[in-house]
This record gives sequence, C-alpha cells and structure tokens, in this order.
Amino acid sequence: MLADKDRIFTNLYGQGDWTLEGARSRGAWVGTKEFIDAGRDWITNEVKASGLRGRGGAGFPTALKWTFMPKVNDGRPHYLLVNADESEPGTCKDRDILRHDPHHLVEGCLLAARAMDAHLAFIYVRGEFIRERQRLEAAVEQAYEAKLIGKDNIHGWDLDIIVHHGAGAYICGEETALMESLEGKKGQPRLKPPFPAGMGVYGNPTTVNNVESIAVVPEILRRSGAWFASIGRANNTGTKLMCVSGHVNKPATFEEAMGVTFEEIIEKHCGGIRGGWDNLLAVIPGGASVPCVPGEKIRNAVMDFDGLREVGSSLGTAAVIVMDKQTDIIKAIWRLSAFYKHESCGQCTPCREGTGWMMRVMERMVEGRAQKREIDMLFEVTKQIEGHTICALGDAAAWPIQGLIRNFRHVIEERIDQYTYSSTSDGAVPSIAAE
Amino acid sequence: MVARRLADESVQPAAFAFTAENAKWAEWKIGLYPAGRQQSAVIPLLMRAQDQDGWVSRATIEAIADMLGMAYIRVLEVATFYTQFQLQPVGSRAHVQVCGTTPCMLRGAEGLIEVCKSKIHHEPHHLNDDGTLSWEEVECAGACVNAPMVAIFHDTFEDLTPDRLSEIIDAFQAGKADTVKPGPQIERLHSSAEGGRTTLLETPTAKREKFVPPAPPADAAPAAPAAPAAPQAPTTAGKPKDVSEESAPAIKGPAPQAKVSQAKAEGERKAADASAGADGEPNKAMRPAATGAESDASKVDGGKAPGKDKTAEPAEGGASTSTKKTRTIIAPKANPKEVNPVAEKGGAAPLFATPAGGADDLKLISGVGPVLEGRLNALGITKWSQVAGFSADDIAKVEEVLNFKGRVSRDNWLQQAEVLARGGEAEYIRVFGKKPR
Repeated sequence: MLADKDRIFTNLYGQGDWTLEGARSRGAWVGTKEFIDAGRDWITNEVKASGLRGRGGAGFPTALKWTFMPKVNDGRPHYLLVNADESEPGTCKDRDILRHDPHHLVEGCLLAARAMDAHLAFIYVRGEFIRERQRLEAAVEQAYEAKLIGKDNIHGWDLDIIVHHGAGAYICGEETALMESLEGKKGQPRLKPPFPAGMGVYGNPTTVNNVESIAVVPEILRRSGAWFASIGRANNTGTKLMCVSGHVNKPATFEEAMGVTFEEIIEKHCGGIRGGWDNLLAVIPGGASVPCVPGEKIRNAVMDFDGLREVGSSLGTAAVIVMDKQTDIIKAIWRLSAFYKHESCGQCTPCREGTGWMMRVMERMVEGRAQKREIDMLFEVTKQIEGHTICALGDAAAWPIQGLIRNFRHVIEERIDQYTYSSTSDGAVPSIAAE
Repeated sequence: MVARRLADESVQPAAFAFTAENAKWAEWKIGLYPAGRQQSAVIPLLMRAQDQDGWVSRATIEAIADMLGMAYIRVLEVATFYTQFQLQPVGSRAHVQVCGTTPCMLRGAEGLIEVCKSKIHHEPHHLNDDGTLSWEEVECAGACVNAPMVAIFHDTFEDLTPDRLSEIIDAFQAGKADTVKPGPQIERLHSSAEGGRTTLLETPTAKREKFVPPAPPADAAPAAPAAPAAPQAPTTAGKPKDVSEESAPAIKGPAPQAKVSQAKAEGERKAADASAGADGEPNKAMRPAATGAESDASKVDGGKAPGKDKTAEPAEGGASTSTKKTRTIIAPKANPKEVNPVAEKGGAAPLFATPAGGADDLKLISGVGPVLEGRLNALGITKWSQVAGFSADDIAKVEEVLNFKGRVSRDNWLQQAEVLARGGEAEYIRVFGKKPR
C-alpha cells in the first residue's frame, strides 16, 4: 500500500488550491532550474533509471522514446506534443490532473522539452474537457506571468506552451491522428514510418507523450529515479493513477503503487464488489480496448503490465471496468462494438466496414437471434480486422469481442438456445439471420 | 464512422460573423500557431463559433475557411468528421449529451436516455416543441468513475439518477440553470470515493525526503540551446500537397444558381408532378433536377431559426484568455524554420509602394480572404491593378511572405485582378460567369 508521502498527485481530488501558489506549497516548481541546468542527458538518464513506462496504454519506456529525437538539431524545430485526448472508455485519470494538478503537467512539459531540445509544446486536450481546458489554460497563463515558462524565463530554457483542443474524435488519441488533427485536418492516422520523432507535427521532429507520463517527471527528478524504481516490480515500476468504474460499491480514481493485487485496490479504495466477490462476473482491466478477464482469474491478478498479461489482458490505462453477475455481458461488449463503429475514422476498409459488421452481428447475439456457427465466424472476422489496419483501432475493436468469445462462449450459446426455444413455443420458428 | 450532413438549407442562416470579442480572440488564437500554420486553429475557431451560435452552419464553415485561407471543403471535412460539432440547431436552453458507453451503461445510462426521450423528444438531435431543449447520446465523455453522467454545454452533471436528471432538465427549461451545481450530484468530492476519500489524508508539503539536486555537469553552459547546424530553407514536409481541382481555394462551392434550397426543389418537383397529368406519371424531365433533394423537409425543424444569444464565457479562475494577448511566439532563433521574412525585419515592412487613393476590395479575388487581404495591405498592395501587374519576381516575393507557395498562379489572381481592375464586379461576372467573393 502506497503511503501518502509517496504520492505524486497530491491534489488529485481538488481538495486543495490548484493555482501556482497552491502547487508550490505542495512542492511543484522546486529545483526546476537545477534540473534544467543539469542538461538534456541527465534528465533523460534519470527518467530512464526510474523505469517509467508510458501511461497512455502501450507502456513504452518514456525515456527511450525521448532518445529517438535527433541528437543534433538539423535546423528544424523540435516539438513536444502532450496527448490529453483522453477518450478511452473507463479512463478519466488525466481529467483530474488537468483540473486539479495542472502545474505538474506544465512543469513536466518544461523538463521534457529540455530533454528533447524542444522550445514549443502543444497540449492537445479532448474537446469534451471544457472546464478542464480552461483550468489548464489558466495554469499556463500563471506560469507565463511568473516567468516560469515563455521566452527568457527564470529557468533559462525557452518554452512556449500552446493549449489546443479536439472536438470529440476518439481516434485523435492515436499519435499520428493527433498530429493530423493538430494541423487542422481530419484525424486520420498516418502510416509509420516516418515516425513522429523524425517527421511529426508540421514535418518536424515530435514526441507524443501521455499527460500522466509527463506530469510525473518533475517528481521523479525531485526524488530521484531510484525512488520511483523502488515502487512496484522490476519493469513495472512507479505509481499509477487508476480509475475503477462499474459495479463496485464506491467507484473512484486514486493513485496506487504498481504491483498491488486487484483484490487489494477494490477492497481498499472502492468498498468492494457490488454483491460481494461471489457476484463478480468479469473485469475489463485497462480501458475498453483490452480483453475482459473472468472474475475468478482477476481476483489475485497483479495490477501492472506483466501481471495482467499473465491473465490474457493488458494494463492499458489502468481503467478498470467491473461487471457483476447481473450484467448482460454480451450487451456490454456490444455497446463497445457500437463505440468503435462510431469512432472508426473510415480510412482503412477492414475497420470501417468491419466495425459496423461486428456491431450488427453482436446486436443479434444480444437477442440470441443467431446461429452457433456464427460465433466462430465472428471470431474469424475479428482476426481479419486485427493487424490489417494503419492504426490500432481495428485491433482495439476486435479484442473485446475475442475476449468475450474466449471467456463467455457458453453465455452466447445459452442465449441462442433460449431464443430458439422461446420462439418455437408460440409456434413461429424464426428465420434465423438473413441468409 | 457516422454519416453527418449539413442541416437543410431552410434552416441555414445567410451569414455568420464573430462578435467583436470573439473575433479578437480568434485573431489571438490564430497568432499562437507558427507562421503559415494558421490552419491549426480551425477546430478552436469552429468551437468558438459553436459556443456563440449553438451550432455550426454552412455560413460558419465558409466564414472560417476565409479567415484561415482554407478551401471550404477542408473545413467542411473537419466539421463533419468531429462529432462534437452540432450541424443542426440545438435547444436554446439546454442540449443534453448523455454518455451511453459501457461504463455509464453499466450504471444506468439507459434510464437517463429514457428520461430524455420522454421529456425532450423521442429522437435525438430534435428540438422539443418550444425549441428550448434537445438531446443526443454521445460516446464516452471521460467521467467514468462518476457514471452515469450528462454534459450540458460546458458543464458535466455526474452520478445521476433518472429523477435527478429530470429535475436538472426542468431547471434548465425554466431558465434556472444557475441553481444546479455542476459535478457530482451526490455527496462526494469530484472523483474520490463516495463517503470520504481513501488516500491523500495527510496534508501535502513541499518537503522532499530524497530530494537530491543534481551536480552541474562538467562542461560549461549546458543550458545554452544548441546552435542550428546550418540555415535551411523552410520545409514543406507535412503540408498538404493538395492541388486537386475540387479543393482549389478558388472554387468556393457550387455556383449560386445550383444552391437551390432543398425545400424549394422539393416544392417544384411536386408542382411538376401535379402538372404531369391525372395518370400520376411523374414529369421525367423535371426529375433529374430534383434528384438528391428528396429529403423530407418537414423532418427538419423548419422555421426554428437559431435564436440563441450566448456569448462565450471567460475561462474559469479569472484568467480570461479571450482578451489577453500577453505573449508572443518564441524567438525566431529558436525556430529558424518558421521565420516569417517580414516579421524578421521588424514587422510588416512594405515591399511595394502603396498607391494613392482608396483601397480596392482585394477579397473579391477568389482565394483572398480577410487574413490574406490584411497581409497584402501590409505589404503595400491595396489595388487590383497592382496585383494584375505582378511580375514573376513580385509573385515569388509575395508568396514567400504569405507562405503560400503556388497560391497566386493556382488561383489565377492575375487574370481575376485584371478583370476587376478593368470593370469591377460587373465585368467579373461577365467574364467568369459567377459573382466574385
């Protein structure tokens, strides 16, 4: 269990003052100049020593990503692009950073920008976060006025921050779509290579990081990378904001050490599962795009990157969606299919057509109006979409359905049986499916 | 993906203009982005326009395209791609956006949708009878631990029950929106657990146990930014290489006579059908002209013109970004690529001698919007005759300053300007067969 003194986001719930004075009283902007003076390599090495892995879902080592930026400036400006387009269903951790601890992010931008020789940082906030964006803009303005950032600031590293926003497109959380959107176009992902570190925003070297990855950097430097690395297991270090939603008694967002068990976070922070542990059906442990895990497997699972891979899922954004036994699991996954159908950008055919197709088949399966062999066909189609698209949205749309079929096939079959059975009872055998 | 179309012509306003305050804000916002990258501001500007009028109309799209020097189709693409833009009028007192994605669904979002159906309209995106309310189901709005929730304009209302939502809608309908507190509607501090938070019980301090300031590195002056290797011409990488005919900025859209109101076309078709005789055989000659105008005009909330008068609110915390212009973009030396040659010489030094007499309306040249006109004026170009008389050298100079390579010739500025200089608008219509704008 993490002690309060080891927590990074000390104003997570907005119980204190979010402004610059408030942030300073909690330790923000202390020693920043010394870190900047220590230079690019020192910052990168310290973050590397901390073992920080990207908090946006993929878990790529943050410091390693920074080293992909060109070592020698070829004349093009370098950019830091902070991904605050938090749209993954279940995830609402960045929201609390933006509205209650915005100075962690602003300070992190300055330090990360130093580590990649950038003088301009963009923060792309999702369009729905209107109050959160206003709060962040106010915090950036405070930092400008106190000469903490901007031209000729007291830290000796020029940095401008532009707070940009989207307008309700989930796909813009993908880094290349994010850049397209920032350039004022439709958010359709780009092919890689070229990678953003070589050619990103406006064709210039760009690094895209999640809000949480950037916001923890100042504290890592203040307390040393070794401190951060001492929390959690090897390769899964540090603290993590977790959001638990769904059928728990008290849904909440909280900061916890990586490597605690699922049972521990639910009991300690969320008041237990609704109806007790015996009533737990399934859990989606990392935001909508990771496979669901049956209740009996998740209880003792370790909440970190490797721990959840062992149970056939992924940590993702650590956004836990809990479903109890009163849940219609097929309908819950169908709603996710509807989400992906809505959010597909339409660029790649397998995803544009496949997401709608999967949603329609799922819709029939919710009623049971399907053939059992269609379960295998649906699984096969998810495999045809997975890995055949430019970005990972196709994969993300496929995985929840794969998780459902893998773990809850019997539920789908029972539903089909029930539909057939009850239909014949009033004399009308349904013409199953339109084929 | 979802198919999204502009609203029917019958509800489209004739023109759009930012209020003075918003226009000032827009200018500030455009100025934030690196030179020549003003297209980046398209989403913020559209959003500001929506905050002002409640929805995004065709006139809004065209006005913003002109402000940013973008082709209309590019702004239309953005407006239809991003689902937060409302393409039809919304309720003047509340547009209720119910999150229906799985985390909210698990905690009862379907009950909220039922409330909206019974209290507002059985279909989403439709106004209620008074035109004061509308609703839609949106995908995850990012408040999952406070599910279920709705968003109304700028605020979110979380931890709802159907009864509570019903009360909130009533309050908005009665014009008493300020009596409803945004955020969680139960005893709970933002996203902390109901009944008291489980973490952060100690008072945080600025003291750090393991705080170890790093030793300064051996080599001197580490903070000095690395000097750029060599000056280099501005990159065009990442800029749209869009020269397709339909997206050339010169072509602003269908010719005016083609912009027949769908409702009008529908009426004409019906009249033609009626005159076709008692056998009910439709008039085949009339059909093709009305093709594509079959949409049922009565389905649209005709006549309910957007009558909203909302001004955008200033940012929370007193730091209104709308009026402040406290900062400028960083040092040219830091961004050698993005330097505007004019700005570098200390402002808009005129490259041309400003002729005597009043200025012509350069915006009549297709491809020149208010932004470009301002820049051209700053260069000393105020007359059509000057544009008509550009030498190849002049074109190169102007394009470099405007950062629009190929713009002058692609849009055929010279011929347009020559025609305008010769006989003004009338001559333009005679030569090009359409009104200049």
